[in-house]
Order: sequence, then structure tokens, then C-alpha cells
Amino acid sequence: MAALEQPTPQPEVLLAVEDVTLSFGGVQAIKNVSFDIHKGEIRAIIGPNGAGKTSMLNVINGFYHPQQGTIWFKGVERSEMRPYVAASQGVSRTFQNIALFRGMSTLDNIMTGRVTKMNKNIFWQALHLGPARAEEIEHRAKVEEVIDFLEIQHIRRTPVGRLPYGLQKRVELARALAAEPELLLLDEPMAGMNLEEKEDMSRFVLDVNEQFGTTIALIEHDMAVVMDLSTRVVVLDHGELIADGTPDEVSANQKVIDAYLGVAHD
Amino acid sequence: MYDAVYPFLIEPFAKMWTDMPLFFAETVISGVMAGVMYSLVALGFVLIYKASGIFNFAQGVLALFAALTLTGIMDNFGAPGWLAIILTVAIMFGLAWLIQKLVFNHLINQEPIILFMATLGLAYFLEGAGDIMWGSDVKVVNLGIPQGASQWLLDGPGLYVEKLEIVAAVTAAILVTALTIFFQKTRIGRALRAVADDHQAAMSVGISLEKIWIVVWAVAGLVALVAGIMWGTKSGVQFSLSLIALKALPVLILGGFTSVPGAIVGGLIIGVGEKIAEVYWGPALGGAIENWFAYMLALAFLLFRPQGLFGEKIIERV
Repeated sequence: MAALEQPTPQPEVLLAVEDVTLSFGGVQAIKNVSFDIHKGEIRAIIGPNGAGKTSMLNVINGFYHPQQGTIWFKGVERSEMRPYVAASQGVSRTFQNIALFRGMSTLDNIMTGRVTKMNKNIFWQALHLGPARAEEIEHRAKVEEVIDFLEIQHIRRTPVGRLPYGLQKRVELARALAAEPELLLLDEPMAGMNLEEKEDMSRFVLDVNEQFGTTIALIEHDMAVVMDLSTRVVVLDHGELIADGTPDEVSANQKVIDAYLGVAHD
Repeated sequence: MYDAVYPFLIEPFAKMWTDMPLFFAETVISGVMAGVMYSLVALGFVLIYKASGIFNFAQGVLALFAALTLTGIMDNFGAPGWLAIILTVAIMFGLAWLIQKLVFNHLINQEPIILFMATLGLAYFLEGAGDIMWGSDVKVVNLGIPQGASQWLLDGPGLYVEKLEIVAAVTAAILVTALTIFFQKTRIGRALRAVADDHQAAMSVGISLEKIWIVVWAVAGLVALVAGIMWGTKSGVQFSLSLIALKALPVLILGGFTSVPGAIVGGLIIGVGEKIAEVYWGPALGGAIENWFAYMLALAFLLFRPQGLFGEKIIERV
């Protein structure tokens, strides 16, 4: 919200991707892509299938290490790190094909989101008393807040493997939110949903952005959703950045129209 | 037909139950106790398999190594039992760390068969290391675990039950309860279950797979130590101990590779099954069927329920 009221034309950059190239063997998934994500905005990443969107998310998330280019997060150049480190730096994400812990209850799934915030030593944990117990209770309160926020109180104890698809997506979002991320990455949060579920999810994404001030980067195929939600849009095609701007600018861009209509590439 | 089946399948049980109920009870109890020992080994397998997808062939050797180290510390340095146990636990934890750092960290994202081969190598390495460090003669575990028949049960209902087996059963029960609480109630336990479910998602919430795998190997080492102590007390610490790992295989096939309760129930079924088979069918088949009964049972299970009693049914999208 604050970002909108600021008169300054230079908003704070939370994450910047500079000249990133990622290849798997001979296949270049991302070619010299640069863009940035401003603090507090909803940044959409769109493009046809195979454009390199998910690869981009995996780079931001630290799952993939680009062969070339740099990534700046909170003004610091990121070194090559282990994938789990991104989470403790404040990056959370959801996955295209829901990656929940299927055998665990909704509550336990969301509690795993607090992993990076909990640090009482293993000795107390093994005994399950003392500081570890107090810590558990404290984090449980935060998790309950998230559960209330996403309106999933009724499925708290259900093993997530038994939940319908739409609710699983919501639990995955809850797990990501429980980490109180600064940057939330959503990989097709509305894929496979019906209209009503999409509207619910859109509302949650907006609420997260407005109430918690969380910066969001999302991949989405539904153009109506992208136009409604996002502040700015990056368009990728065959691993290259072909457009970057507000939803209106992007949808008027000839290259974008060509990419979506499938004009032959030279 | 009836004439052929009755004396073989029904009569021995009917007669034993009516004529010698105590003997039947003893058979079942000794089966349960043997089953507990199998479960202890199978448990180590399940823990590592669930968390990392590694089929740890070295689990039996791990039990041998733990027992060797324990007796080695006690015999060579004259350490009291409690101190030797603490030291051995520390060594098993250190070993877990080394195994992860030196072996499996270098094999991330490799095929399961390669990971399996690595554990095979690990098994031979540990066997050799145990031999060099503590020698290959049969050792006695001298922790003061009571031996012989329980007088109380012998005088009361007139049952012959080994004291050691009672101790083993109680210890196993305590161990399993403690592990269950650890997995269900603590953060590390939750992280462990998360890793078992989905590696990628676990990393995305900030769980370090490497740390969790070290914890898993450490817990498996602890379970191996308990198994090693019990088996070692029963039949001496000798290198054939590593072969009990083979008995854990039918237990796993019965219970399912991914289920802790499965390892326990599977162990009990195998234990009781083979004792009853030996006693009641053994004579008809020429004896010693205890040695292969478990494998036959596992084979039958593979035909009808390949995922085991409690295992997850593997459905793959084609």
C-alpha cells in the first residue's frame, strides 16, 4: 500500500535478476534475462509453455544455479548456495504440481513452514519439554493466524492427501505464508481451478499483498487473473525476455501478441 | 482331500491347543520375542528408506559394528557398561555424520541402485573396520542383562520364557514409543517426515536435507546399537550377526518398506509364524523350516500384496 502513496519514481528493489543464463546440457532454458521485482508489488511472469517461467522461479528460489548472471536480493549479491538457504533468507514458494507433505495433517504441513524460525536445540526437542515446548506453542499461535486468514480451520486435522485439489493449493499457500516471507513465489496458483476457486485464490493473493505487504512473484496462465492482480508483468518466450511493463503495456506489445498467437520465429 | 489336509493343517494345532495349551503359549511367546528382534533391525531399514530412499544394506553390519564397539570399549578399556553405551552412541552418531559427508553427499540425485551399491560397500567397509579395531573372535556382551528362564513365569503359570527376551521386548517397546514421540511432536521429527514425503517441498520451506539425513543415520545407528546389544547378548557378538539383516528383508516385504508400524507388525508375524511352523509343521517337512519359512511367506506376500501390509501403494502415472 505504502508503495502506491510514495511520490518517488524509484521504488525499492527487492530482487534483481541480471543477465541470467541457465542451460541444461545443450538446452538453454533462460537466455540473458534481466528484470527486477519491487518491494510490495505483485509481479507476474507469463509466457507460453516452455518459455522458462518455472526455471526462472527455480533460479530465484535457489534450486538452480545459473551458469551466467547475478541475482541481487535485498541489495546483496547472492552467492551460489544450497537450495534450502533461500527459505531462511525470506523467500517462500508454492509449486505448479502441489508439493505438500501428503501424509501429514494440514496443521503439521503449515508448521513445517515455521522451520526456519524455530531454533531450540535438538536436546530439548528430543525430550519434548522445556524451551522447545514453549517454542512449539508460540509458533502454533502464528500458524493459527494463517489458518484463520486462509479460512481453512475446518481441515486443520485432515491429512492433506485426502483434501480436494483447490484446498490443497490453499494449504500450500498457507505453508508458504507461515514462514512470513518477504518474497512469495507462486507457480500457477490457480491452475486447474474452477471459476469460484480462482476468485477465492485471487482474493487471497491480493489480501496477502495488501495486509502483510508481502512482495509476490507469480506465474499464471489465466490472462484475466494476471491483468487484475499484477502491478507489472514480465513476458518470457523461449527463454528470452520479450516484454516488461504494466499489464496494459504488455498486452499491447506486438511481440507478446505474436508469441501467444504462435508466429514463426526466425 | 480332507484326509490329506486335516492331519497337516488342522490336527496339530487342535491337538496342541487342547492337549498342551502351555506349550502353544510358549511357542507363540518365543515367536513374539524373536519377532521383536527382527523388528529392531527392520526399523533401522525403514527409517533410512523413508527419509532418503536409500535401501541400506549395511543396517545389519551397523548393528554388528555397534555391538563390537561396545564390547571392545568394555573389554579393552575396562569401561563400565553405562559409559561404554554413551561412548558407543557418540561413535554411532559420529559415524552417521561421516557416512553422510563422505559417501552420500557425493551421490545426491543418483539412481537408487547406485545408492544401494554404496551401502553394500559401506557394509564391507564397516565389517573390515570392526575386525581391524576389535578383532574377529566371538565376544560376550556383559551389560548385566539377566539371562535364563524367568522364575516368576515358571512358578506361576508354568511358562518357560527367557529373561533376556522379556528385556528385549520391553526395550524395543520403549525405543519405539520414544521414536514415535520424537517423530510426531518435535520440529526435527516433523522435518524428517516432511523430507520423507517430498524432498523439493522440504527444501523450499528451508529444511536442509543433509542435516536430516545425518539425523536419520544417527537414529538408525542408535536402533542398530539396541539390536546389536540384544542379539549379541543372545548369541554372542560375532560376524554372522550381520546376517540378521537378511531376516529383516521378509519382515520389510510383509510390513512395507515405508512403514514403522509395518516393521514391527511384520517382525512379529515372521517371528511367531516361523516358530509355529517349525514346531507344528517342521516334523512333517523334515525339520529346520524356521530357516526358510520367512522367505516363503514373503514370496507369497509379494504375489498378493507387493506393497506390504502397511506400505504405500505405488501408483505411477504412465
